[in-house]
Amino acid sequence: MPRVVIAMSGGVDSSVASALLKEQGYEVIGMMLRLWSEPGSEAYNRCCTPDDMALARRIAAQLDIPFYAVDAKESFRETVVDYFISGYTQGITPNPCLICNRRIRWEFLLERALALGADYLATGHYARLRTADGGRRTAESGQRATGGGQIELLRGLDPHKDQSYVLHVLTQAKLAHAMFPLGDYTKPQVREMARKFDLPVAERADSQDLCFLGQGDYRDFLLRNAPEVANPGPIVTREGQQLGEHQGLAFYTIGQRKGLGIAAPQPLYVIQKDGENNALVVGTQAELGETELTTGPVNWIAGQAPPNPVKLGVKIRYKAREVSGVVTPREDGSVHIKFEEKLRDITPGQAAVFFDGEVCLGGGIIEVGRSE
Amino acid sequence: MPLTKTYLDYAATTPVDPRVVEAMLPYFNQTFGNPSSVHAFGQSAEAARERARETIAQALNCQPKEIIFTSCGSESDNLALRGAALARREKTSANWILTTHLEHHAVSHTAAQLEKYYGFQVEWLKTDRYGIIHPETVENAICKNTALVSLMWANNEIGSLNSIAEIGAICRTQGVPFHSDAVQGAAHLPTDVQSLNVDLLSIGAHKFYGPKGIGALYLRQGTPLIPAQTGGSQEFGYRAGTENIPYMVGMAEAFRLAQTEHAARTTHLQPLRDHLIGTILEEIPEARLTGHPTERLPNHASFAFKDADANTLLMMLDLEGFACSSGSACKTGDPRPSEVLTALGMSADWALGGLRVTLGKDTTPEEINAFLAVLPGLVERVRKINQR
Repeated sequence: MPRVVIAMSGGVDSSVASALLKEQGYEVIGMMLRLWSEPGSEAYNRCCTPDDMALARRIAAQLDIPFYAVDAKESFRETVVDYFISGYTQGITPNPCLICNRRIRWEFLLERALALGADYLATGHYARLRTADGGRRTAESGQRATGGGQIELLRGLDPHKDQSYVLHVLTQAKLAHAMFPLGDYTKPQVREMARKFDLPVAERADSQDLCFLGQGDYRDFLLRNAPEVANPGPIVTREGQQLGEHQGLAFYTIGQRKGLGIAAPQPLYVIQKDGENNALVVGTQAELGETELTTGPVNWIAGQAPPNPVKLGVKIRYKAREVSGVVTPREDGSVHIKFEEKLRDITPGQAAVFFDGEVCLGGGIIEVGRSE
Repeated sequence: MPLTKTYLDYAATTPVDPRVVEAMLPYFNQTFGNPSSVHAFGQSAEAARERARETIAQALNCQPKEIIFTSCGSESDNLALRGAALARREKTSANWILTTHLEHHAVSHTAAQLEKYYGFQVEWLKTDRYGIIHPETVENAICKNTALVSLMWANNEIGSLNSIAEIGAICRTQGVPFHSDAVQGAAHLPTDVQSLNVDLLSIGAHKFYGPKGIGALYLRQGTPLIPAQTGGSQEFGYRAGTENIPYMVGMAEAFRLAQTEHAARTTHLQPLRDHLIGTILEEIPEARLTGHPTERLPNHASFAFKDADANTLLMMLDLEGFACSSGSACKTGDPRPSEVLTALGMSADWALGGLRVTLGKDTTPEEINAFLAVLPGLVERVRKINQR
């Protein structure tokens, strides 16, 4: 039977995923990453507190699988946290979960799993895999993708929990070792299974993003760790008229209306963060929103970009509604996307992820949004 | 996963010897009284406790009243450091504690706490590259302001042995109490507190095939000590709390066996250890023995492998059925370089790759050969992992 490392967190999803793999007869090994927390706030980390670790150990003991803690603090700080901070200092709104998935879960942890002789790394993500010949590669079948068949990443069946967005960073080489035992289930079913397996995590709350923030929100975190983001600058209109002063671009998001501290005859919204001039560009509701965007380098899960522009479903944030757009691959590996409608919250630093029906094709980090 | 599991982590803990289990059993529910009670049940429990104390005293070549039972080796170390340092300062106002960074945390963290909260000053003495402290280092540092010297006999992580008798003689000349953590040493070496020149000596039963949860402190008569745990007058007022008679009995039997059988055990262990060390140094590139090549515990082999992540190596070994450790029994996956290896002057690319293989009296040559057959391949594999 193949050997599978399951990334455990002490939460409902990874615990049930572990139990499912064990039930299906795999040789299962639990591993848990210890991630970086701000010194002094380790107990508030939202996904790997000592309590979570103790709970994961307990689940592993209950399932009778080996369990190992793997320290990824340094790696996490150097890749994810530094990326998060430098993104904000550059005026974008970074999504650290994406880089964590790419560099920590599916690189740092995958390397260690493979070194332990594992065939697969499984996570509790809600997503599915399918080989291109139409064969589903689920946890049940347990078959390694054969004959050079492409592996497709599919949305999780639960539309509320689908996590293919954060997994768009995976490549064929990584997907060949990936397993998502929960992709066929809904969250209520997973909680039900947790009760069926008698796991003491069935009622635990879902974990949150930005695990390393600890207490307070990202603004407090930035002030503590990158005080230079408190860099005031002008609030201007598109035409360049100065209306006031902002406290630092990092503290504002595209589409934000409240808290700008300027009096105007009609409501004003943040429509752009101009990092170059440290200016916060505001405008009326009519000015808000863009119909186009360009990305940085795109990861195409199939390994290559489609030859021609193609109309796809696009998500511009993890929780955004999917909208239709024409995706045009460019020679430098990026894409340009033209939407049919104006989108209010195209945010540089977040990913634009493309879907063809239930298949996630890939995505890239948004660099600029624009209107015609 | 392999069906057979081979335990090579005897420095972390040992299984309880069946002879010890047998000796303990009657004291759980037959002779179960509280030794402080007046009645016959109490009296027989008290008698068992005193027999246990006598057995240990005999093995250590001291008087029974010089043995204080504690809950483990760490508690024994704690009691020795806190109790002796505070008592000595009260008498003489001496304020310095001499120890090293190579001590078990039960000693080094206690010393650090005495410094932080109790106003003592700690001098961390330098060792040589084998982790051995030279007696002249102690001689140069000791003075009338020294409240206590605490130096381990055998190092848990690298197995090196200190010259306790010589250091003890120096302390005695200066009139400074000398404590030695012998939790590892006494499990393997003939332990005579008279020839070792110690005033306080800590042992823990589970390192010598006794139960966990019981240890003892040897306290030379006349050495002032302030109790750390106050309450009843058990253990001569040095350690309050109703006694754990079955564990005391078990510890005594285990220690008696360890001391009477140590020569036979060493004859079995040392050649196995040397075969293990020789083969690893021969077959694995960029491997070093840590600790002294000969002045080391007879069952203890420890290594550093350059650019090898010890935590991952331990997981690989575990999945192959071999239980080892990276230095001490710590499973938190802490990636910091070993304090001990760092104190020996090893750079981080070496100090992350510590492996400790410790053998037991029932370890067989076949087990060692099976281990040696898989280790080189695993070290090669772990070195391929990108560390960033």
